[in-house]
Order: sequence, then structure tokens, then C-alpha cells
Amino acid sequence: MPDDLPLIHAQSLVKRFGDFTAVGGIDVDVQRGEAFGFLGPNGAGKSSTMRMIGCVSRPTEGTLRILGKDPRTDGVAIRARLGVCPQQDTLDTELTVRQNLTVYARYFGIGRKAARAKADELLEFVQLTERANSKVEPLSGGMKRRVTIARALVNDPEIVLLDEPTTGLDPQARHLVWERLFRLKQQGVTLVLTTHYMDEAEQLCDRLVVMDGGKIVAEGTPRSLIENYSTREVLELRFNAEDQAPYAEKLGGIGERLEILPDRILVYAEDGDDALAEATGRGLHPSAVLVRRSSLEDVFLHLTGRSLVE
Amino acid sequence: MSVIPQPTLSVFEFNFVGYLRTWRGSVLSSFVLPVLFVIGFGLSVGTLVNASGKLSIPYIAFVVPGMIASTAMQIAFGEATFPVAAKFIWMKTYFAQIAAPLRVGDILWGDMLFMLFRAVSTTTVFLLITSFFGGVQSWWGLLTIPICALIAIAISAPVYAVAAKIENTSYFAFMQRFVVIPMSLFAGVYFSVSRLPGWLHPLVYVSPLYHGVELCRNATTVNHGNLLDNAGHVAYLGLWAAVGLWFALRQFRRRLSD
Repeated sequence: MPDDLPLIHAQSLVKRFGDFTAVGGIDVDVQRGEAFGFLGPNGAGKSSTMRMIGCVSRPTEGTLRILGKDPRTDGVAIRARLGVCPQQDTLDTELTVRQNLTVYARYFGIGRKAARAKADELLEFVQLTERANSKVEPLSGGMKRRVTIARALVNDPEIVLLDEPTTGLDPQARHLVWERLFRLKQQGVTLVLTTHYMDEAEQLCDRLVVMDGGKIVAEGTPRSLIENYSTREVLELRFNAEDQAPYAEKLGGIGERLEILPDRILVYAEDGDDALAEATGRGLHPSAVLVRRSSLEDVFLHLTGRSLVE
Repeated sequence: MSVIPQPTLSVFEFNFVGYLRTWRGSVLSSFVLPVLFVIGFGLSVGTLVNASGKLSIPYIAFVVPGMIASTAMQIAFGEATFPVAAKFIWMKTYFAQIAAPLRVGDILWGDMLFMLFRAVSTTTVFLLITSFFGGVQSWWGLLTIPICALIAIAISAPVYAVAAKIENTSYFAFMQRFVVIPMSLFAGVYFSVSRLPGWLHPLVYVSPLYHGVELCRNATTVNHGNLLDNAGHVAYLGLWAAVGLWFALRQFRRRLSD
């Protein structure tokens, strides 16, 4: 297939379960070598989209092409070239780390000897060589995640699908996973991931779509999304009161716009310190102040009126 | 084994790798216990039964083929219940397998192949050991091995379908208590069904195990029965297998792809 064709092409893609529309007509193109993210809260339709791309769920309507093939008819051939890291680990906890990999390699028709060599290579890649012969059961969450990622790579996939790769991991384990995924991307593997973590999307994705209620509400690079939907900086103000709204009235006109959350007020401004000076000039004395750069969290809040992780 | 496609074999291999780790534990329950049971039962109760003169053959020769068929059923039931639930609910193995280039059929057939391996290896050992105690009267007894494979498929196929549908494994205990145990008691394993009251006979004839027991007994004892009856038993078990497999495959498809 020509290099300029997208590896994943979805047009007006719909997935319905009975009356419920999980994915309500999305258009997505993922190019070779890209790290592409689906960002959104739980229930946004990310996982349903990933399952359709993974060829284990049939699209209800619309066009879907993976590696130039139609998942409705070529599911097995497509899956042979995909790596899938599901949201929940599906490892066999009674088998050893290495056995989990070698057994999985056999599903791809890889010979036993080649499977063992591949398993050793991948365990080195995810830094678990010394745990090769231990059972999966006692491993930490972060280690299990790395085994799952290694298992997703046994067939040298062209596309790796990662559904919430670091959900539930502690910060240290997350950074290790990110670092390994970044290495993969450098090797030219196309990554498609879902996340509801802003920092994850900013760390890993070249391009992403923001999903809400089964629809794509914004698309672009993390930088361009912030530029288009937010200001450069954000001033966060917290007041010692049950209701933040009266303070918001007094802040009117400062910055480009305000976002009133139950526990704090966000002032979107080009310069957060200037905005703060203006606020204190009006005689306001917040109990806590934070000036920070805009993030994708702000983009999401602006687009949907809700925070991502509730 | 080359007649079996590689994807199906790879699923069998997954099960086998796990079995290599646990087979020692299963030796006692699958091989030793049934054999102790049949010897104890056949030889002790057997002396009383033989003394009554009601059977034309020694009791051990009567009870061994029944217990072989019953063992095949127990193993088939066991393999089609908790291991299947585990792969859907706890380990989620099936979801990992369907993400690989396997078809739903490869997964189900691979699992059933392992189930057959367990049923056939156990009943073969059973047959071999009991033959030293006069449990097997005829060389036709070797036919119990394919018969047990058929019993195992006929029993397990509908159970695979149920196991793929449920979210709660308490159904298995229900099936064990109200289907499997009554079948092993009243399907002619320990005594001839002619001893049962007439109103129970239709229930006995519906149960697949009865037909399996009859086939095994016709193979191992000197009374081989007539060809038509035997063909009828095979056909009936075949029907259970075919309908069960159809439901099992449908249910696996529903659960693994939407």
C-alpha cells in the first residue's frame, strides 16, 4: 500500500448497542509513524472506537479501513499486524512472564524457538529480564502493564493500540511506561492510545482528538488545541467561601474568560501575574493562588464544561 | 496432529502449558480416585451383587464401563465450566486471544481439544488399570476411548454455551447438583435402569450419559448388543454434540465480538 495512505481511516464511523450510541459518527485518519490519541472522559466512546480499530467489534455504520483493509472481512489479517494493550490486563497470572509471551506468540504462528528469542528481546525492552521466570501473579501493577505491552509487541506490529495504558499506575510506573512507549515511537511504530490523562496525551501524542458523548469535539496537536481553545496562562484562585460565584462577579473583565468550579475560579489570561495584580487591585484576597500554563485539561473544560477525571 | 490447523493448536498449547504446571495435582483426582473407587465398589459391593445371582456378568465388569463413561462426563463438565468462566470473567484470556489473529472457532476448538485430551487420557488409564481386575471382558473395549471422546463432546458442548453466557458461576453448582449428579446416579452406571420405576425411564433416555454408558458397556462386556441400538446411541450423542456445538459457537461469538 502507498506510503501516503493513512494506516487508519475512519469516516462517519458509528457504533450502536441497541438504542445506545457509543460512537456517533467520527472521522479519523492516522498516518504511519504517528502517535495518535483519543482523549475524553469515561463513556466518551474511546474504548468502543478502539475495539472497532482492533477488529473485535463490528462498525454499525460508516467506513473503516485499517492498513488499507476492511475489518468486516479481513479482521484476522489485520489483527496479525496489530499489537493490542487492553485497558485491563489479560495476562495468565499462573504462567511465568516469559510463558505469557511465548504462548501469545504462537497465536501469530511464530515458531517456538523464534518465540523464545522474541520474548527475551522484549523482556529486555520492558526491563523485566530478571523476572522472566517468575509468575505474573505477584508482580506489581506497573510490571504487569509492561508485560502486557511486551506481549503486544511479539508480532512486530505496525500499529500498537493502547487503551488507557497507565490508568491505575503510580507516577513512577507511569513514567517508565511513557518512556518505553516513546522509544517505540522513535522506532517508527504507529501508536494509537486512549487516555483521560492530560499529561499523558501531552507527553505522548503528536496529534489527538477530544471525544465527548461519542463525538469528536476538537482535533489537533496538543499545542494547537491549547492555542485555539485556551489562553497561554491560567490563574487559579481559591476563596474561603461555600460559593465562589460572588467573587467571579468581582473578577469580571479580567482575562479573556472565567471558569467557575465548585472549589475555585480559573481566570484565562495571556499573563497570569498581570491578571492577579488586577484582581488584588480590586481588593480581592484569595486564600490560595496558582499561576500556570494552559493544559489540555483547560481545553477539555472549555469544550465540554466538565473536567476529565471526575 | 498436522490435520489440526495451527491457530487451533496454538490455543490447545496455551492450555497444555498451564497443565504441565498443574498435572501432578490432577493425577490424584483424575486417575487415582476413580480407580480406587471402582476397585472398592466393584470388589466389595460386587461380592454381594454377584452372590445374589441377578447379573449374568460379574458386577465389576458391569460397573467399570459405566464409571468410564461417567468419568468422561465429569471431566468434560469440569473443563467446560470454571476454566471457561475464568477465561471470560477473571483472567479474560479469551479477550486476549481474540485480539490476536485467531477466530472464535479457533479458540473454542482449541479449548475443546484440550478438554478431549483430558477426557481421553484419563479414561484410557482407567480402562487400562481396571482391565487387570476383570473390569473389561472384550477387546472391543478399546472402542470406549472414541466413545468417551463422543460423550465428552456431547456433554461439554452445551455446557460451553452456558459458561459463555453467564456472569455468575453459581449456575455451575446448580447444574452439578441437579443434572450431573442425578445423571451419574440414575443413568445406568451402578445398576440397570430396568430397576427404576417406569415413569423415570423417559428422563433416563433423554440423558446423554445413559446412551454413553450403554455404548461403553456394549463395548467392554461380552454382550455387545445389536448394531441398530448402538447406532442409535451414537446418533443421539452426535445430536447433543452438534446442537451443543452450534450453541457454544454462537454464544462465544456473541461474547467475544459485537
